[in-house]
Amino acid sequence: MIVAERKHLKEIQGLVSDQDRILIVGCQECVTVCMAGGEREVGILASSLRLARSREGKPVEILEQTIHRQCDFEFVDELKDKVEGVDCIISMACGVGVQFVAERYVDRWVVPALNTKFAGGTKEIGLWEERCGLCGECILYLTGGVCPIARCSKSLLNGPCGGSQKGKCEVSEDIDCGWQLIYDRLQEKGRLDLLFEFQPPKDWSVARDGGPRKVVREDVML
Amino acid sequence: MKTESRLERVLAGGHFAVTAEIGPPKSASAKGIRKHASVLKDYCDGLNLTDNQTAIVRLSSIAAAVHVLDEGGEPVIQMTCRDRNRIAMQSDILGAYSLGIRNILCLSGDHQSFGNHPTSKNVYDLDSVQLVRMVKEMRDEKKFLSGDTMKTEPRMFVGAAANPFGDPFEFRVVRLAKKVEAGADFIQTQAIFDVEKFARWMEMVRDRGLHKQVYILGGVIPVKSEKALQYMQTVPGMAIPDELIKRMSAVKGKEAKQEEGVKICVEIIEQLKQVEGVCGVHIMAVMWERIVPEIVQGAGLFPRPRDFEPAEPEAAQAGDD
Ligand code: SF4
Ligand code: SF4
Repeated sequence: MIVAERKHLKEIQGLVSDQDRILIVGCQECVTVCMAGGEREVGILASSLRLARSREGKPVEILEQTIHRQCDFEFVDELKDKVEGVDCIISMACGVGVQFVAERYVDRWVVPALNTKFAGGTKEIGLWEERCGLCGECILYLTGGVCPIARCSKSLLNGPCGGSQKGKCEVSEDIDCGWQLIYDRLQEKGRLDLLFEFQPPKDWSVARDGGPRKVVREDVML
Repeated sequence: MKTESRLERVLAGGHFAVTAEIGPPKSASAKGIRKHASVLKDYCDGLNLTDNQTAIVRLSSIAAAVHVLDEGGEPVIQMTCRDRNRIAMQSDILGAYSLGIRNILCLSGDHQSFGNHPTSKNVYDLDSVQLVRMVKEMRDEKKFLSGDTMKTEPRMFVGAAANPFGDPFEFRVVRLAKKVEAGADFIQTQAIFDVEKFARWMEMVRDRGLHKQVYILGGVIPVKSEKALQYMQTVPGMAIPDELIKRMSAVKGKEAKQEEGVKICVEIIEQLKQVEGVCGVHIMAVMWERIVPEIVQGAGLFPRPRDFEPAEPEAAQAGDD
């Protein structure tokens, strides 16, 4: 899932300081799971903003709605009625959701309430970790299912670098060395031979460069 | 001989080679580089110019290398994968060669979080093993990474680093083998303080016959006090035996400590000379470059071999592209 974290109240407050009628929109998918932008968080943000604004002597009208998915126009359209009554929308979705909302309601001022972090999962309650760098060409079959792009601080393909020590990355004691993880996993599987092979430079053209990437499936198009 | 590198000739001639490191300044002046180069050139067969070491912005390694050349030294440029993509790297390699540089050390590079621009974005388009392969293919096949060909190839003597003290220990030799296979001609190792552990690593290196395929130069660092050793004990990828710290602590007085530091360094070099497969030493006296001559003399490695003529480039290539 996409993991996100809410911005500080002060920052969000600043983003809407000149707005008097606001709709806060939550999303029931990833950001609900990572407890950043679901229905509960929409409620919390709404009351905090109301309180902060009335303390400032600038009361604000806030509507709330949480939809199934903000990265889908089908659901974004459900916001229509509430959008009518406001000038500004705070989206509590990941960056994708914010953009879908902004694209649908171009005459409204749309601001993000979250910082979108990474593609990851729940390690334990309250702890989410990155797992995929969205490189566009998965090579997990070479590395025992541990991603070198996301989990090595230098995204090395022929790691580990010289800074790996006692299982930790040179960058910090708090970071496991991705290549030590790969080594351990492949050793367990008796496939260390995979590491003897030279891995050629990656084709980054399918990764982040070259404008927004697209996936087209004509077979499922209407 | 693959190149016109003086370092290659010394190594191929079977001499125990000496290289040292010069750290370019955090300013636009070449004074320090020139001063160090003018002294060290007679004591070393190659002078490494670090590439924004520890991710701190410094005068460029290639520019620094040109100053070394002007002083009559033999530069080894270091190139990290942190700051440039494959386009910039290949361009700089061509440029470096055109300026007379004949040696390159290919490195991953310290992560930017260590340096003075921790908010920067790193590149790592290639890793160090891929960089080694790329330089080799530029030289031997006159090919860019894309497969395009070039007329005049950069005939670089290709180096890589090895860390015998990094983890996973057993994999370190495999990684060295990968670098050798990728095309490394010489290796400069991480600083050695734990000679015993290094010797164990060299045993594994010999088991694979790698010492016959690549010139291995053992890295050493002279230290001025136990503080430096204690600090290095905390640096990832370094192994510092406690006895060394004890030994340094027992010596009192700044100058006496420095002398002890030089003594330790010379002793380590003497031990390295005895390890089969070690072809030379790489002295990393960063911020203390002026001590290098004393160490080289102390280790009985002076004078350096100078009994050969400078090699001629294979063909006159002016005007070519
Ligand atoms: S290899 Fe690429 S696609 Fe696969 S997990 Fe890593 S970043 Fe994601
Ligand atoms: S220490 Fe490990 S995770 Fe960190 S950069 Fe080096 S190889 Fe990658």
